[in-house]
Amino acid sequence: MRVPLWKVAHARSGDKADRADIGLFAFDAPTYEVLKREVTRERLAAHFAGMGTGLVELWPLDNILALKIVLNAALQGGAARSLRMDNLGKNVAAQLLRMEIEAPEHLPRLKTE
Amino acid sequence: MKTIRVGAGLGFYGDSWRPVRASIERGGVQYIASDHLSELTLAILQKDRHKAKPGDPPSGYARDAVPMLAELWPLAARHGVKFVLNAGGLNPEGARQAIAKTFRDKGWKAKIATVTGDSVLERIDELRAAGEPLAHMDTGADIAAVRGRMLFANAYLGAQPIAQALSKGADIVLTGRVADAALTLGPLAYEFGWQWDDWDRMAAGLTLGHLLECSGQGSGGNFGSAGEWAKVPDYANLGYPIAEVSEDGSALFTKAPGTGGRVSFDTIRQQLLYEVHDPHAYFSPDVVLDMGTLDFKDEGNDRVRIRGASGAPRPKALKIVAGYQDGWMGTGMIGFAWPEAYAKCEKSAQIIGALVKERGWAVEDTNVEYIGYNSLLGANADPTYRDQLNECFLRMTIRTQDRKVADAFGRLFPWLGLSGPPYVGSMKGIQPAKELLGIWPALVSRELVERNINIEVEST
Repeated sequence: MRVPLWKVAHARSGDKADRADIGLFAFDAPTYEVLKREVTRERLAAHFAGMGTGLVELWPLDNILALKIVLNAALQGGAARSLRMDNLGKNVAAQLLRMEIEAPEHLPRLKTE
Repeated sequence: MKTIRVGAGLGFYGDSWRPVRASIERGGVQYIASDHLSELTLAILQKDRHKAKPGDPPSGYARDAVPMLAELWPLAARHGVKFVLNAGGLNPEGARQAIAKTFRDKGWKAKIATVTGDSVLERIDELRAAGEPLAHMDTGADIAAVRGRMLFANAYLGAQPIAQALSKGADIVLTGRVADAALTLGPLAYEFGWQWDDWDRMAAGLTLGHLLECSGQGSGGNFGSAGEWAKVPDYANLGYPIAEVSEDGSALFTKAPGTGGRVSFDTIRQQLLYEVHDPHAYFSPDVVLDMGTLDFKDEGNDRVRIRGASGAPRPKALKIVAGYQDGWMGTGMIGFAWPEAYAKCEKSAQIIGALVKERGWAVEDTNVEYIGYNSLLGANADPTYRDQLNECFLRMTIRTQDRKVADAFGRLFPWLGLSGPPYVGSMKGIQPAKELLGIWPALVSRELVERNINIEVEST
């Protein structure tokens, strides 16, 4: 089934110079396996194409059921020269949580609904 | 077994210190690690310093440290709590003078130390002559392009000078730019006598410092989620995080009893990855941390056990962050109510665009956003209800090298109130031009910076 990430994961984003970075966290281990499969660099690049983002980097962290995502050249040169309302990229994580993935119905967070 | 409790102080210049009181009164902390400097705060402090006239009190430091210590010191002294703060900014000595004056006026005794040597703005030519290109870390660009426009340039120092200041008996350590987590690693290394090449213990201290450096974000604040954020209890009374650390670097992460917020596996792993690039190689001046071996055990009741940090030898180079002038931003806003709120904002953007063109202003970049629709979610905003919004605000910003153009841009908007689309929101003033800054990250050989480090201690 198609599921938006916010139903099965949580996320926070921040900035370093011209990079936006996101931590994406599965609520549970079965969901983490799905995230690793579904949230790929290619899908992320497509999802954030509207920001004009450059290279996307991605690291899985099995110990904390998380994906570390870095969007290079995503903040108009950095928070202090950006013209955007969200110059600090704090809402990039919210943007990510709107991404849809293919997930099995038996994931814990989906069953409790 | 000896443990040391370090509590979070501020997470940025302007943050609240009210929660620090609870950490001192009921959290059993021995140290408060207070981070006043974001990547850009030095730019604000530099502007302060430029504005100062001869005879003015010293400026260029985070001024909030003075009222914070004035309020907390009697309590802290009673509990034997020491402070490590990077509030010195561009002028740690000025901060020390201001705090020392306040303490003397009140008759308080304290040893206040400063750590200086991080600023390299005046040394750029010297460093380049010594063979340091100071090229842009990400793009490789030559620093010559921005050299004349630089406002500040500071190297991130590590925890060693902080530990040295504490070994000289300091009760309060004021630094300029240091790695945020060094504010915590410094006291831990000093208290436990950790060897500076004990990479796993360095990594443990760095991890805990990183978890503490954003105040409330380490204890349930800004918990990025749908729905879950609303389950964080008692935001108004949110307690800042506290790390109770053992000699081996393992720790209990918690907060003061009776405070709001939440310390859990979920809230602290969000902070762990916050503003981190490669999590297997998180660079600091003291160690390179691999977050992939960390083990978090949530014991419930706002208690998480942390162990398993692994470190690799510290880098040979230190990171410099410099800021340079990069033009001006002009801002204009206007809001409209239903009906066709979005369409009226869009029309207004077109009208303003035409006026700018007619004037022939040299505008490098224009940004158009619709507050209430896409100003925070950008291209990922859901357009389903765009044409039925109750209300919408147009926010337009331009980048220009001409300050006068940036100032004039906002003044184009009020005219729309009588001569543009109907049901206009109230105009709440015109925003003046804002100076834009580019960030210049670069690397520099550690020895060239560290030989200028100076530690001074003053007793009040």
